[in-house]
Amino acid sequence: MLRPAIRRFLLLCLATILSMPALAGPEEDREAFRAYFSQRFPDVPLDEYVNGIYALDPKAREQWLDIEQFPPYEFAVEQGEVLFRQAFANGNGYADCFDNGGVGVRQHYPRFDPALGEVVTLELALNRCRTRNGESAYAWDSDELVALSAYMAWTSRGNPIDVEIPDDPRALAAYEAGKRFYYSKRGQLNFACSDCHVTSAGSYVRADHLSASLGHPSHFPVYRSKLGKVISLHSRFYGCVRDVRARPFEEQSEEYRNLEYFLTYMSNGLVVNGPGARK
Amino acid sequence: MIRKVALRMPIALTLRTALTILLLPAAIAAGNAVQADPVSKERLAAGKKLAMTRSKGNCLACHAIDDGELPGSTGPPLMYMQQRYPERSELRAQVWDATVRNPDTMMPPFGRHLILSEDEIDLIVDYIHSL
Ligand code: HEC
Ligand code: HEC
Repeated sequence: MLRPAIRRFLLLCLATILSMPALAGPEEDREAFRAYFSQRFPDVPLDEYVNGIYALDPKAREQWLDIEQFPPYEFAVEQGEVLFRQAFANGNGYADCFDNGGVGVRQHYPRFDPALGEVVTLELALNRCRTRNGESAYAWDSDELVALSAYMAWTSRGNPIDVEIPDDPRALAAYEAGKRFYYSKRGQLNFACSDCHVTSAGSYVRADHLSASLGHPSHFPVYRSKLGKVISLHSRFYGCVRDVRARPFEEQSEEYRNLEYFLTYMSNGLVVNGPGARK
Repeated sequence: MIRKVALRMPIALTLRTALTILLLPAAIAAGNAVQADPVSKERLAAGKKLAMTRSKGNCLACHAIDDGELPGSTGPPLMYMQQRYPERSELRAQVWDATVRNPDTMMPPFGRHLILSEDEIDLIVDYIHSL
């Protein structure tokens, strides 16, 4: 009876030690983050974490592989490509706003913009590209924006995530804010993101099997079969914050952009494999 | 630690038995059904329902409990509770605010955060204590 409790306690200690702010910088954080999951799940190769819960749950994995035979996000990728190639009224296009014509660049987002002093996500960059060219911004949860993001992820599949934290105190502050968000208790239920996706990864909350946060941002936007559509990473953040009975922030709020910055940095070195499919 | 609990249990039981025997005549004299100790079936059923219901205690989300289906596994199974918690008040304190014992606990502070009413907590504690 007490044995699992003791094991849990030891794991908790380990999680606490590994997640301590300490004197460490982002790179030390990232190494500790990986080491924690490697120790926790010694049989799971690091590059499997981009598959979320399917890295930890062989039965769910089989169903998922079946789904991937006819990818439910394919339509979004096709729609995204069409939109991506359409010129704006002024003759420019998305390709003019991104390095390498916007192809294969997903792994560099989110990025810290030194001119603006803030974290810029791919979705934010897409909308700013539109407004700079005289077009109206898309709603954050619009099919169009999600499709564009899906297409850009698609062209970046297999590229290792490479988020940079430049030597700029504002960039480090954004990273730290995202990290604090991840480990802070919130809402009426008093859960931290890390409670579910670090400390309890691999456990069940009722029938829900909890995935590890390592690799979490790799496959977004994601097709959710429960919702029957492709959603953004921030929409997922929104859902998890609502579920702990806290007041969710808006998509692309500074809070969520910093959170994405931290979370994606933790997954540096794993590959982009979006768009993905999940329950 | 384990041994201590094991030792405390029989003492507690003996004490309770002694108390019950001592108080029985008084209870009968007062025309009461014996003491507050045995909780009514209705209360236990109500407590069980609250413990299992998603929008209420949802204890099942994290603990294996009794015959509850699809229990979660982030917390320990709730069993042998009278042995583990001879004092009902300690069990109630754990449910009311688990962060007192472990500030990092995953378990929500049901009383402190007004997730459940005081009455609901009492019902759940009665039920859990009976396991
Ligand atoms: C009470 C538990 C719980 C908490 C707290 C929680 N989540 Fe989740 N989260 C889940 C469940 C359940 C899922 C769906 C199954 C899975 O993939 O883990 C999920 C899924 C996710 C996913 C998608 C994973 C994928 O592979 O597509 C992300 C990203 C995520 N959560 C981020 C967060 C963030 C950020 C927070 C904190 C604001 C958070 N979660 C807090 C339970 C939780
Ligand atoms: C989201 C997860 C979660 C929920 C919901 C939850 N618990 Fe817990 N509970 C835990 C964890 C984890 C522990 C282990 C101790 C710790 O971490 O503080 C625990 C410990 C306990 C303990 C102490 C067990 C022991 O062995 O000493 C009791 C009693 C308990 N919970 C009762 C309840 C009751 C009753 C409810 C519902 C009203 C409930 N829990 C809901 C996660 C949860």
